[in-house]
Amino acid sequence: MLGFHVVKRKNMDWWKAWLIRGASIILGAAVCAVVIVFLTGKDPLDVFETMVDGAFGTERRIWALLQGIAMLLCISLAVTPAFKMKFWNIGAEGQALMGGLASAACMMFIKDALPNWLLIFVMVVTSMLAGAIWGVIPAFFKARWGTNETLFTLMMNYIAMQIVSVFISIFATGGSGKIDVLNASTKLGWMPSVGGQAYLLNVVIVLVLTVIMYVYLKYSKQGYEISVVGESENTAKYIGINVKKVIIRTMLISGLLCGLAGFLLVSGADHTIARETVGGRGFTAIMVSWLAKFNPIFMVLTSFLLVFFEKGAIQISQICGLNASFSDIIVGIIIFFIIGSEFFINYEIKKNAKEGGSK
Amino acid sequence: MKKIIALVLALVMVLGLAACSKAPSAGGEKKEAELKVGLICLHDENSTYDKNFIDAFKAACEKAGLVYGESYFITTNIPEGAECKEAALDLVDQGCTWVMADSFGHEPYIIEAAKECPDVQFSHATGTKAHTEGLKNFHDAFANIYEGRFLAGVAAGLKLNEMIEAGDIKAEEAKIGYVGAWPYAEVKSGYTSFFLGARSICESATMDVVFTNSWYDETAEKEGAQKLIAGGCVLISQHADSYGAPSACEEAGVPNVSYNGSTEAQCPNTFIVSSRINWEPYMSHCIDCVKNGEEIETDFVGTIDDGSVVLTDFGKKAPAAGTAEKVAEIKAAIVDGSLKIFDTTTFTVKGKALETYKADVDDMGDYVGETEVVKDGAFLESTYRSAPYFDIDIDGITLK
Repeated sequence: MLGFHVVKRKNMDWWKAWLIRGASIILGAAVCAVVIVFLTGKDPLDVFETMVDGAFGTERRIWALLQGIAMLLCISLAVTPAFKMKFWNIGAEGQALMGGLASAACMMFIKDALPNWLLIFVMVVTSMLAGAIWGVIPAFFKARWGTNETLFTLMMNYIAMQIVSVFISIFATGGSGKIDVLNASTKLGWMPSVGGQAYLLNVVIVLVLTVIMYVYLKYSKQGYEISVVGESENTAKYIGINVKKVIIRTMLISGLLCGLAGFLLVSGADHTIARETVGGRGFTAIMVSWLAKFNPIFMVLTSFLLVFFEKGAIQISQICGLNASFSDIIVGIIIFFIIGSEFFINYEIKKNAKEGGSK
Repeated sequence: MKKIIALVLALVMVLGLAACSKAPSAGGEKKEAELKVGLICLHDENSTYDKNFIDAFKAACEKAGLVYGESYFITTNIPEGAECKEAALDLVDQGCTWVMADSFGHEPYIIEAAKECPDVQFSHATGTKAHTEGLKNFHDAFANIYEGRFLAGVAAGLKLNEMIEAGDIKAEEAKIGYVGAWPYAEVKSGYTSFFLGARSICESATMDVVFTNSWYDETAEKEGAQKLIAGGCVLISQHADSYGAPSACEEAGVPNVSYNGSTEAQCPNTFIVSSRINWEPYMSHCIDCVKNGEEIETDFVGTIDDGSVVLTDFGKKAPAAGTAEKVAEIKAAIVDGSLKIFDTTTFTVKGKALETYKADVDDMGDYVGETEVVKDGAFLESTYRSAPYFDIDIDGITLK
């Protein structure tokens, strides 16, 4: 027999929990340092410093970091209500991509037929609708026929990518598989830059969304319904919640926000559409949401962590000659420790009672 | 309340980590206006395409006495979006006065960066817009890879002839298979020149082409090659960036003409030869220009003569006897101008000779040809801009 057993903790003081989390990150960093020395022979402090420099080194890098956080956070916010309901929406990539496609199509075909503010408004509405349609289809099937939403939303990603491919081949007949930057000279449909900062508006919009989502999930009746459906569908039915309605409504919100993220990516950053526009954020968002335990405010931190490493990775490849795989190793180690810390926060290890005592 | 304090604590932790770093190189700015240059890559050295750029860039920089991470920088895994502009401007912040990007889709974002930084020179490989943008500090570059493809085609033609003479295939069975990435001018120009090279040696040669609609998709490339082999193709070449097609050939024992670099190590029995663009001459040229304050050409076209287009060593087993000699002979004819690759007497389009053709050289997004590119009995490829614009389907090539 093992000399110990694991017991679920009742309640841990919040400061203890954060102490454990802090310690785990430091421990994770220490293991990373050992790995860095062992594999590359470089000074780990130099490598960490280079990563920090890559994320915060200049004003431009800080803005790029904020933009990266905002985009990842926006999609993470979108998937969170669905996750909280235990509806495994792993189709955010496709939902955001459809939103982006709608935005790009508006930029391409409406152009100056509408005043620019109205064009942007139309882009927002069509993008959110496109994302919502892409999100509601699996929700409808789940509510109506009990289909598996994990597979369904996953498959919808690939359909969305293929649809984008089809449109690209129609829009760009040269065969290159690339659409040019849209309205490059007129900047029609481009998110205006505020105070000379192209990303400021993106960041502010996502910040506001974060607060709204926090309040919605925590204090609204609908947010409560989502939690109840997530905990137990039968309880929800028993207390008179229309589960089907909640599923569809929640996925509608999820899809709308993914569509908005697509709009922000196309109008606020890339100004064109490609299969890679969402760039895997739809999947990374799942991790962001989970690591933050579906709390929108903590998601700011988890998305920061992931984007920080992404930016740091670019810098260490530039300066230290270590490629992206190396930063993947570091991210993997740190996340392993963070998840591990949650185990120790939720459970405690107790020594078994003395021999014979528990027989 | 607890939550808020927890949040503040967490933020302090994060910012504390950030504050641990030294102040960003305050003293390091503008030391002596030393030369710094940067390269932006779509992927990293795991892609044969990017590796080709990275190797050339390192070689050119080292030759100019620059130091990795100090005076030359390589930024990898930069997608074809707004991140590309950020990466370019970031290199400028670090003091680079020449920045090059390697992927077709980087172009519009590099142009935006060029508009913001008029004092910095920007180069872009495979792009089409420099000659119409009218920016003094934005430059496109390409190389006449069709010259290399033609020579690789000659090697393929010799192999076909050898197979015919040995009785392995009949003359009319001399069908080549080609795995292309996109139905795009760069690819079409490449496989057409390859085919013309092969047919200049083996008259009965024909060719089937499949597209993968991706620059890098190992599975699709492999399946494409297998489909071609099953369809009766006896020799395969490709224009895509993975080992998919060469490895399918090695498995099936079908000779292969490769691209971007030698695949001899992976495919010792079937590798004939590979053509590739060598970017080092262009990069060295740009570094010299920036150093000496000279202007870089709006459109630079490297040739087989200046070393921008190269063939790898020939395979040890697969090539036909006498291949090296014949290829050297034809290369000399290309260099002295006596052999024109797109000589309009060597091919027909829908049964007729090509007497006139308007190509979409300006690439304004209308996909309408506006520039006459057939002159004096030849299609003038890469003459009006560096990137290829030969996008004609000639007789003898079947798109599958």
